[in-house]
Amino acid sequence: MAQMNMKEAIRDAMRVELKRDPNVLVFGEDVGKVGGVFRATEGLQGEFGDTRVFDTPLAESAIGGLAVGLGTQGFRPIAEIQFVGFIFEALDQMFVQAARMRYRSGGRYHSPIVFRTPFGGGVKAAELHTDALEGLAIQTPGIKVVIPSNPYDAKGLLISAIRDNDPVFFMEHLNLYHAFRDEVPENDYTVPIGKAKVVREGKDVTIVAYGLMVHTALKAAEELEKAGVQAEVIDLRSLVPLDIDTILASIQKTNRAIVVQEAQKSAGAAAEIIAQINEKAILHLEAPVLRCAPPDTVYPFAQIEDAWLPNPARIVKTVNQVLQF
Amino acid sequence: MSKISMEAPAAKTGAAPHVVYANDVAPLRVLSPEGEVVSPEHLPELTDDQLKEIMYRMVFTRTWDERAINLGRQGRLGFYAPVSGQEATMVGSEYALTKEDFICPGYRDMPQLVWHGLPLYQAFLYSRGHQHGGQIPEGVNVLMPQIIIGAQILHATGIGMGFKLKNEKRVAITYTGDGGSSEGDFYEGLNFAGAFKLPVIYFVQNNGYAITTPYAKQTAAQSIAHKALAAGIRGVQVDGMDVLAVISAVREAAEIARNGGGATLIEGLTYRFKPHSMADDTTKYRTKEEEAEWSEKDPLVRFGKYLAKKGLWTDEDTARVKEEAKNAVNEHIKKAEQTEKMTVPGLIDSMFEHTPPHLEEQKADFQ
Repeated sequence: MAQMNMKEAIRDAMRVELKRDPNVLVFGEDVGKVGGVFRATEGLQGEFGDTRVFDTPLAESAIGGLAVGLGTQGFRPIAEIQFVGFIFEALDQMFVQAARMRYRSGGRYHSPIVFRTPFGGGVKAAELHTDALEGLAIQTPGIKVVIPSNPYDAKGLLISAIRDNDPVFFMEHLNLYHAFRDEVPENDYTVPIGKAKVVREGKDVTIVAYGLMVHTALKAAEELEKAGVQAEVIDLRSLVPLDIDTILASIQKTNRAIVVQEAQKSAGAAAEIIAQINEKAILHLEAPVLRCAPPDTVYPFAQIEDAWLPNPARIVKTVNQVLQF
Repeated sequence: MSKISMEAPAAKTGAAPHVVYANDVAPLRVLSPEGEVVSPEHLPELTDDQLKEIMYRMVFTRTWDERAINLGRQGRLGFYAPVSGQEATMVGSEYALTKEDFICPGYRDMPQLVWHGLPLYQAFLYSRGHQHGGQIPEGVNVLMPQIIIGAQILHATGIGMGFKLKNEKRVAITYTGDGGSSEGDFYEGLNFAGAFKLPVIYFVQNNGYAITTPYAKQTAAQSIAHKALAAGIRGVQVDGMDVLAVISAVREAAEIARNGGGATLIEGLTYRFKPHSMADDTTKYRTKEEEAEWSEKDPLVRFGKYLAKKGLWTDEDTARVKEEAKNAVNEHIKKAEQTEKMTVPGLIDSMFEHTPPHLEEQKADFQ
């Protein structure tokens, strides 16, 4: 086993799949020689050649459309959208053309595409580089949404996504690329899409999170433990499909829950999760399920992003609200 | 890599060397309106049987179009975009390709799909809002009609890249209109095809109007063919009422593409005789004079005159094909009407390869 950070694990997943399947392609802006602005694809062009791993002109809609076209011809494109805000230029190709290909053709064609994009706050990036746009994707039928929180999962989930015959929006948190290293097998393995993981067991309250917020929630859980509260933390790993069963099993034990998200509060993943909890577990609840999320504003300029994003203290505060209800 | 040169090119005819000029373009024409061959060097090589087959398809398409409009009025078809007037660009461009070549259509381009192998009843099912309409049979190299103007341009670009990566001597062709050439996806597609030297033909059927907006309000470009210049690909303009000119231009573009020469943008100058869809009134945005002027350029009339002079086509042939087309339309609309209806559970199962648990659960509400 090797020690890898999340970026290296993501790169390793692409390497494994490029080697295993000649139909896998990697392309996007600056992904070739340099290996992307975060070097996630570094070395892949050298190893697999510039017909498998290549730079495109600077046009996100065309990157998406190229992937859709190639997908109809037996290729498995991994299309990188350089920063999350640039998906707005590619929304039709990602969320309409790729997501509806199977339905529109009655299964004759499909879109075995992974749209990789870095996202996530706390790194003082330029505007529109860090927004959490998963809410747009989860409201889009026909596309899966995967957000890993650690190197091991990132590699296993990305391999699953590349092998998936449906499009996957694979969101990589900027703050996790280099955050820490994990034991990651160098060979191929998969982590199934649609299975959440209990990353900390507890009996008093459930904290549902994904991406970087899993780590923020774990920090909050440590704080809570000092006050005698045992929080259970769930890492969703994917939002579509959503592993509601793992959430429900936890709530049956804790009877109280909050959902943490980096995206603005309204109409996002947390709202959907709470709706499903209401549908399936209302009688197990001792308190309303609350959201710990930023306000419904645009993502702020760098000066105030730390104040805007959920942090352990705000998670503790939200947990205390459901405990004291 | 070549170095960027700061040297001015040799100035031509006194033009300022730092200003880019575009030359005038005149459409390629093979047949005059009277059906005389005006540029024999561009006359495509076609046997008598092939010439008759092309006319057969054009007459069939015209009749199908007229019948489809009636079926729409009767409520037996849903959304339908009329094609009369554009038979030369539609039938001719498809005829110039091989069955291995791939078509990415806009929504008006049903004739190309049907002549490429999509059964007519499936075209009707598409119009009726049935998923089987887009279930393209194996071996028929087309995508379903595209509704988002321009999205298909990028799919053809990707498919062309796929052919190039697999070293297949195949060509992707995509269609849009004059309005579609204003879309960002149009420019992105052309630019990608230029940068990657892809085997793609971008066919713009310039019928003068994007629904109601005339060409003059659509663009200040001298022609749509000129838009190829910025992408560094070939640009060609063709008389879109002249089926032989269309075949000549598409064959040439396909030949170049197959042999590694890259993409061509073809602008076909044509006219839609009927409304944009079943819902608009052409008298509000087109003059009677203009419509009359274009109806004199009818592609069926022009090609019919050429064939008549060669002794290959008579009015009886036209009548016979019309009858055949009417019968085919009747047969296929019945087949479409008799096709089992879609179901919501069927829709749910077509979202993903493996239906995830939440959708399985939602499916139960409809069973």
